[in-house]
Amino acid sequence: MELVVEGVSHRYGEVVALEGIDLEVREGETLALIGPSGCGKSTLLGIMGGILQATGGRVRVRGEAPVGSLNPQTYIFQDFALLPWRTVEGNVALALEHHRLQGDEMERRIADVLQRTGLSEFRHAFPKQLSGGMRQRVGIARALAVRPAILLMDEPLSALDAQTRELLMEDFLALWLRERITAVYVTHNLQEALRLADRVCVLSRRPGRVREMVSIDMLQAERATPAAQAHLARLHDRLWGLIKAEAQVAEREVVA
Amino acid sequence: MSDTRDVPFRGGGFVVVPKRGAAVAAFVLLIALWEVSVRFGWISPIFLPSPGSIVQAFVELVSSGTLWKHIGQSLHRLAFGWSIGTLGGLALGFAIGVWSLSRAVGLPLVSALFPIPKIALLPLLILWLGIGESSKVATIALGVFFPTAIATFSAIDGVPRNLIRMGQSFNLPAADVLRKIVLPGALPGILAGFRITASIGLILLVSAEMIGAEYGIGAFILQAGNLMQTDQLLAGVVMLSVLGLLIGTGLTRLERWLLRWR
Repeated sequence: MELVVEGVSHRYGEVVALEGIDLEVREGETLALIGPSGCGKSTLLGIMGGILQATGGRVRVRGEAPVGSLNPQTYIFQDFALLPWRTVEGNVALALEHHRLQGDEMERRIADVLQRTGLSEFRHAFPKQLSGGMRQRVGIARALAVRPAILLMDEPLSALDAQTRELLMEDFLALWLRERITAVYVTHNLQEALRLADRVCVLSRRPGRVREMVSIDMLQAERATPAAQAHLARLHDRLWGLIKAEAQVAEREVVA
Repeated sequence: MSDTRDVPFRGGGFVVVPKRGAAVAAFVLLIALWEVSVRFGWISPIFLPSPGSIVQAFVELVSSGTLWKHIGQSLHRLAFGWSIGTLGGLALGFAIGVWSLSRAVGLPLVSALFPIPKIALLPLLILWLGIGESSKVATIALGVFFPTAIATFSAIDGVPRNLIRMGQSFNLPAADVLRKIVLPGALPGILAGFRITASIGLILLVSAEMIGAEYGIGAFILQAGNLMQTDQLLAGVVMLSVLGLLIGTGLTRLERWLLRWR
């Protein structure tokens, strides 16, 4: 399934957050959205996922969702968005309960995603009993349970420490390589974008506009090799060059 | 550096250390001092009877069955008044918390009516409903209604919006968002409100019973005071204290059970 963003603009009162965004997310690709603070990355993701209504333009999907997909555009949240009063199993079940699945389909889906995310042993644990990384795994398991066609991830690793981030990034990569789910990945972190994305969309400072689309012409599986480092470093410098000046201005704006 | 020295410890104090025995000891000491003061005639037993005579009066009340008659009436009024006020407050608070129109209409009304001391409305309620049970129950219900409504909508306001957005992102029907996310998320705040309204209910119960009742703990305390039976009066106060303690313990258990995930 592909996602097409056509002329999307958004305002918060007098503040223009996004202006004239046109982009496509292709079938099976991971598109990273980067840009200075306040450029509207999360707003754009919310509009793509249908939980924010754009004040201008539209978002369309092209193609069919895979068989058994219960929620084609599925979110993974920065702060996990887990219900603290539900167990791991209950949090995953929340996304399935209202679909009235046949027979033991719900139990099978839950068992499958918990096994894929390494959470089977923790199915009866409450979120407060889990580390940050494990909580985000619950968020991923919940998203996978509905068999998404497009994953929309709002800085999914930013609330985690560096080691957990690295471990989860490897999990994401394994997931991409295995399932090739179309994904939009909002991040501040250029290394994450360079490790996970096929293309990087650089947004300008508010009002957010597409400043540049950068393709990373290298398979994700090859990016951890020493030979790839020089090329990735050049791409990193290029991306940083695109956002550095605006990030400095945005940072002063936020502080003020 | 030629010589070495230990780094002095500077991190002591400002830590709460549990001292369980201290509270019991202070309590026992205070009661002993009170008993001794009355026995030695330092305090007149007419104005402040000794703890021993209060216990004796309490035992007599229990054995004669008078206690149960008064407590039974009081509990009946409190249970009815609190339940009616709580159900109404929950309904209004939920409506204000969830629907914009209800908030626009309900919030100014609640803000305007909440500060009125509800016991001041008892004469009006007696005029409307008569001197019987209804006016007393209505006073308690009114006193409980507004704090419950405020606690409920404040608790709903406190439910993280990202949890609601999460539910919407998985296409949960609105009823499911309310039942599975908003209500459980607001429950800690609502239960905290119950604790406050239980105290308010008890205060209003005693006040209403002092104004016009034959039976009830408030009526009993007032009658005892009029007859200068201070031992009976204080036995009534002990009854109230025990009742408050039992209600508090019950609510704590309910909270522990409903919020066992915390």
